[in-house]
Amino acid sequence: MSDKNYLTTDYTLRSWFLTTDHKRIAILYFASLIFFFFIGGAAATAIRIELATPQADLVSSDVYNRLFTMHGIIMVWFFLIPSIPNTLGNFVVPLMIGARDLAFPRLNLMSWYIFMLGGCITLFAILAGGVDTGWTFYTPFSTLYSNSYVIVAAAGVFIAGFSSILTGLNFIVTIHRLRAPGLTWYRLPLFLWSLYATSVILVLATPVLAITLLLMATERFFGVGIFDPRIGGDPLLFQHLFWFYSHPAVYIMILPGMGVINELVSCFSRKEVFGYKFVAWCSVAIAAVGFLVWGHHMFVSGQSLVASLVFSFMSFIVAVPSAIKVFNWTATLHKGSIHFDAPMLYALAFIGLFTIGGLTGLFLACLAFDVHATDTYFVVAHFHYIMVGGMVTAYFGGLHYWWPKITGRLYSEYWARTAAVLIFFGFNLTFFPQFILGAEGMPRRYHVYPPEFQVWNVLSSGGAAILAVAYLMPLFYLGYSAFHGRRAPANPWNAPGLEWQTSSPPPEFNFASQPVVTRAPYQYNEHFQAEPQNA
Amino acid sequence: MWRQWIPFWRPGLSPHGGDVDLLFAGLLIASALVLALLFFLLVLFCTRYRAGNRTDRDHRVKKSWHWEVGWTAASSVCFLGLFVWGASVYFQIYRTPADEHDVFVVAKQWMWKTQHPGGQSEIDALHIPVRRPVRLVMASQDVIHSFFIPALRLKHDVVPGRYQDLEIEVDKPGHYHLFCAEYCGTDHSGMIGEIVAMEPADFSNWLTQQAPSSPLASEGGQLFRELGCSGCHGGGGTIRAPPLEGLYGKPVPLSDGTTVIADDKYIRDSILMPRSQVVASYQPLMPSFAGKVSEDQLLRLVIYIKSLAGHPS
Repeated sequence: MSDKNYLTTDYTLRSWFLTTDHKRIAILYFASLIFFFFIGGAAATAIRIELATPQADLVSSDVYNRLFTMHGIIMVWFFLIPSIPNTLGNFVVPLMIGARDLAFPRLNLMSWYIFMLGGCITLFAILAGGVDTGWTFYTPFSTLYSNSYVIVAAAGVFIAGFSSILTGLNFIVTIHRLRAPGLTWYRLPLFLWSLYATSVILVLATPVLAITLLLMATERFFGVGIFDPRIGGDPLLFQHLFWFYSHPAVYIMILPGMGVINELVSCFSRKEVFGYKFVAWCSVAIAAVGFLVWGHHMFVSGQSLVASLVFSFMSFIVAVPSAIKVFNWTATLHKGSIHFDAPMLYALAFIGLFTIGGLTGLFLACLAFDVHATDTYFVVAHFHYIMVGGMVTAYFGGLHYWWPKITGRLYSEYWARTAAVLIFFGFNLTFFPQFILGAEGMPRRYHVYPPEFQVWNVLSSGGAAILAVAYLMPLFYLGYSAFHGRRAPANPWNAPGLEWQTSSPPPEFNFASQPVVTRAPYQYNEHFQAEPQNA
Repeated sequence: MWRQWIPFWRPGLSPHGGDVDLLFAGLLIASALVLALLFFLLVLFCTRYRAGNRTDRDHRVKKSWHWEVGWTAASSVCFLGLFVWGASVYFQIYRTPADEHDVFVVAKQWMWKTQHPGGQSEIDALHIPVRRPVRLVMASQDVIHSFFIPALRLKHDVVPGRYQDLEIEVDKPGHYHLFCAEYCGTDHSGMIGEIVAMEPADFSNWLTQQAPSSPLASEGGQLFRELGCSGCHGGGGTIRAPPLEGLYGKPVPLSDGTTVIADDKYIRDSILMPRSQVVASYQPLMPSFAGKVSEDQLLRLVIYIKSLAGHPS
């Protein structure tokens, strides 16, 4: 075996931009997503600075509206949805199943180009003047009244959707067809179960978003009366179509995060995941039931009371598999040998934050309380706990976990733990006050607000400052480690997964010889002789 | 009643506000219990089973299914209880309003215009009597807005193209925030109004002190003639149109065999989309008035037709 790995096979730009190696494509995605994350984060920072006082001191109303719209669009479609599947997933899926690459390597590269095309069009809309509709594009505001770059932004999202669909298809086929000999479904790491469920949602739900955005564009161009009530359209139709995609999209964002947490909790407590089959099927259940809850965004919209009743019920049902996962992660710790490396700190933070986010989701699924809390900061706090506290925390955890595999280098454990703790505190200080703001009735998307809400807003903005610093830290210590870090061994955590059976970083075609799987995943040694070498 | 058990609680100020608060308290307690249990276990496991700690790790739980069934059942039962509780309060909040004191609300970018039946209109304010249900009939002239009074734990979207009914009732006199909760464009955050709840006597004084204006019904009647509605519906016309006297609140047989109750929504729809619900044994001859009348004018027409309810046809 030569000592060349996928990073050192070739150094030309051409070898990067025309690569079909899933690992290099993962790096391409990774670089683009960092870029989008910091654009979305910059908008969030501006929003929090503006909200530190009740008046409009920093920006005008129009600029503020464009800021939160840009924050939403960039973060949802150009960070949260693609992040774990397209970077971590792209990198480790073939490694975890013992394959040389994804099923369709060229399609994979094309997905990245489509994604970048969508991203550039959206960035153009923002640079040209921005969009002020909110990321939800609600009609008739978006079709009749907004004078911003609605069509351009929607076109960017529309195009990025194709990237999602193609990635989803690629994962589904890969997981079905390219598993190593002996790797049965019940020997599959749980991360892959969750990515599989995610891919099914991507393939089934994204076309609905595409259709919805097309209809919206048609309405805006030609005034054909799909959503316009003056000519017989129905504004609520848009909401139904939009949320039929966008609620499953929430599970596109969180399911991969849950998958990562299985790997981390199991590895750092040196124990197999408790209730493997239950956790695996919970991912499938969440994906399936997730399609039946979209109407809970519309409890006060004037949809029929019976519809609200059904959607409320389904929303409680979809919370059950999520609760089961939390209990199983906790049970995994029982009688383990727990190591508090940075990825584990992120995993523990995830369990806490995701649980708070999930429980407050029940508040919103609960009909009468939702009437009061919907469209307030309670909702903002809730979905940030799921999306940022959950998904982004899991992403950072997974990134630290697989970093030695991706780069072949070890990062500074001290700084990584410090950043993990800071993110946890900064996050809670930013978003917990927003629950109180919402319960007191402060509506979301308010640029100026009555002065009695200021105390909690100041706390939230202070937390955001800590959070901003904490999110910048990995950029430095991970960036430093990529070039100057200690060399990583093939398996720094002593984990049993297939991806750790090849060198770090892996050679171009992953494995020197075809691996064969003979046992269930997460078989850690009963008496813990094999401790992480990195500790 | 329960409020007396929790003396420091600040109750919601409507008949349902207390129920929503109780529900909130229930959700908080349930969540706090789950969180406390989870955090207790996390801290316990993380300290007892930390690497290097010499704890007994034998006799691990190998079979998991009875634990799984246990916590699945426990969560489901708990969730089902919360669902039923939340739903029952929801149906009380959004029950069909009593036909008492009607107030008409027109939402537009970026103001709330409210109008009392006597013609008194207000901008970004709504005066109402306390302890009396007030029925709001809400319409939007442009985009979706949402009528939100945090003190009453009450909110309803105002969607263009349809009327939304909402019953509000306040227990205590005072000034309360009225917010627009659905993002509606540039000055969304400036679309803030005030609910002024007054003792019934003060409220009637206030009503009479407002600048005298003609009642909405008579303005509607004038409009009815100006727009030419009276030509067909007035009785003397040559074209056969359904009489409107005594119509409001009555069932109307339609040409497709169904029956609707002639409420605000039906009258509004019949003005804007006359061919969608044609009265049995009449021809669909009426032109649409969509785009020709504003929301304010529509309200006056509806109220005028409503005022004919007492007249025999």
